[in-house]
Amino acid sequence: MADVAIPRAKPQMSEDNAWTRLKHNRNWLGFWFMVPAMAFLIFFLAYPLGLGIWLSFTDTRIGRVGHFIATENYEWLWDDSIFWLSVFNTLLYTFIASAFKFAIGLYLALLLNEHMPFKAMLRAMVLIPFIVPTVLSALAFWWIFDSQFSIISWSLRHLGLISQNINFLGDTTWARICVIFANVWRGVPFVAITLLAGLQTVSPSLYEAATLDGATRWQNFRYITYPLLTPIIAVVMTFSVLFTFTDFQLIWAMTRGGPVNATHLMATLSYQRAIIAGQLGEGAAISSAMIPFLLAAIMVSWFGLQRRKWQQGESND
Amino acid sequence: MTDLPASKVDLKSVLSSPSRVDHSEGMSYLQSVPRRIVTLYLPLAIIVFILLFPFYWMALTSVKPDEQLLDLDKYNPFWTWNPTFKHFHKLLFESYYPHWLWNTMYVAICATVLSIVASVFAAYAIVRLRYKGANLVGGLIFLAYLVPPSILFIPLATVVYQYGLFDSPLALILTYPTILIPFSTWLLMGYFKTIPFELEECALIDGASRWQILVKIVVPLAIPGLISAFIFCFTLCWNEFIYALTFLQSTSNKTVPVAIVNEFVDGDIYRWGSLMAGALAGSLPLVILYAFFVEHYVSAMTGAVKE
Repeated sequence: MADVAIPRAKPQMSEDNAWTRLKHNRNWLGFWFMVPAMAFLIFFLAYPLGLGIWLSFTDTRIGRVGHFIATENYEWLWDDSIFWLSVFNTLLYTFIASAFKFAIGLYLALLLNEHMPFKAMLRAMVLIPFIVPTVLSALAFWWIFDSQFSIISWSLRHLGLISQNINFLGDTTWARICVIFANVWRGVPFVAITLLAGLQTVSPSLYEAATLDGATRWQNFRYITYPLLTPIIAVVMTFSVLFTFTDFQLIWAMTRGGPVNATHLMATLSYQRAIIAGQLGEGAAISSAMIPFLLAAIMVSWFGLQRRKWQQGESND
Repeated sequence: MTDLPASKVDLKSVLSSPSRVDHSEGMSYLQSVPRRIVTLYLPLAIIVFILLFPFYWMALTSVKPDEQLLDLDKYNPFWTWNPTFKHFHKLLFESYYPHWLWNTMYVAICATVLSIVASVFAAYAIVRLRYKGANLVGGLIFLAYLVPPSILFIPLATVVYQYGLFDSPLALILTYPTILIPFSTWLLMGYFKTIPFELEECALIDGASRWQILVKIVVPLAIPGLISAFIFCFTLCWNEFIYALTFLQSTSNKTVPVAIVNEFVDGDIYRWGSLMAGALAGSLPLVILYAFFVEHYVSAMTGAVKE
């Protein structure tokens, strides 16, 4: 990209005070423009990130300054079956929910991309689950999955499919299915609408040409839509995986980790240990343990994208 | 290192797409009507039904009288003929709901304004001043977007406590921008790139300072982008849960989502009506806002992902 700012002719200045420097030096001015944003990000993001890792090596509790205890928290967690259960739950939750979100989201995007009446209104409606605060829709799901008064149990019972109510959030398997369902429900609109925006930029003439050459609908999708969408799919799915992996509010509103820790994710477990039980150090160790997984997810999508670029022979601009 | 996942799609086409009237039939004439019903309308109807059913259920529950809520056999559970506003009355006049609504608004607006101001400066500096290391800083800001609140809330709680901000709305106003700034900076960077820099050249030649260019040329031209960023940030603030849950303690200081989860969930078997009324009342302001700004919202969502 062309250098945008025009280097001004060096003004003939006898006094080179701070104000003139500010007005004419790009780097100096840029620095001052960055100060507000950087102040927030350093004090409330970078510093806490480091502090969190430090806390995980101490035995800090609420109301008591901690001492350095090296890796004791991590050793303790290593032998903690609930921690490993939460890791397993988190991975299960992330993989299954992301896979469904991707499949249904892509499918919905393809459907919405068709020409049909009330297209704009449909698209607007589809996005509503994404707008509504997650905890509040999770409460609605809590009520829908109630053990006694669930509307799903009622409907299935009246259809003659089951003889007694399903204990949705009380049974370990059902509870996992329910929270994953609620997460997919919340995430599909985001995936669908962003992929739809990508789809709209694919030129229709490509499909016309391919169809004239005898391509089937599947071939149209496989050899035109999918390759052109890959970059945006990678970005969207990275976000989706990251936010699913670190999910907290949905679980907290629906099950609080129960029944018997079957839906405890790492985030909810760290909240429970750190804030409710007061063991800040241990909670920090659990949340720090999420970092390698997150880095791995970022790396996968990053290098996935890079590889695509090389294949397409683009410059790394 | 500094190049970020950038797709070839430019923001301009996405922004203009809602207004572009699509007269072309595409290739849909190749499909017969029955085939379209099975492959398009039916799956679409099922998905939309599932996506919207919880809201219908929320709304219905909030206006049902108590005895109908729990007796599914005597009354048809899918409809009610005698709606009651008892639950809303309880919410508005017997709880702190107006307080919570005010807190949420206050926090969301302050945090959003702070973030947008900081982001305008940052995005302008990165895109147009192109100071030394601008690309690197842009990349770091993108990485900051990927740091989730569930990793930060424990150390932030200690920071907030040390600064004496615990249980004060200020704690949220200062911490929310860490979520909002990376997002809105990326969105605005994309937006500023679409503003022709010839305009700035002219202004520079005419002797305008960088500050004048920003305030009188770039910001007015970027108003649609600013609205998008504002709406989206506001929604994110409203939706935020874990910081509000951790940093606030007294009932009257809470934000709507936290308060409804914590204050309405009790052992009462008849709680569902007021709980759903609370959930509905907490969602409606956002849905109304969204209804007015759908296009800005969509462009914010897709824009930030694309850049």
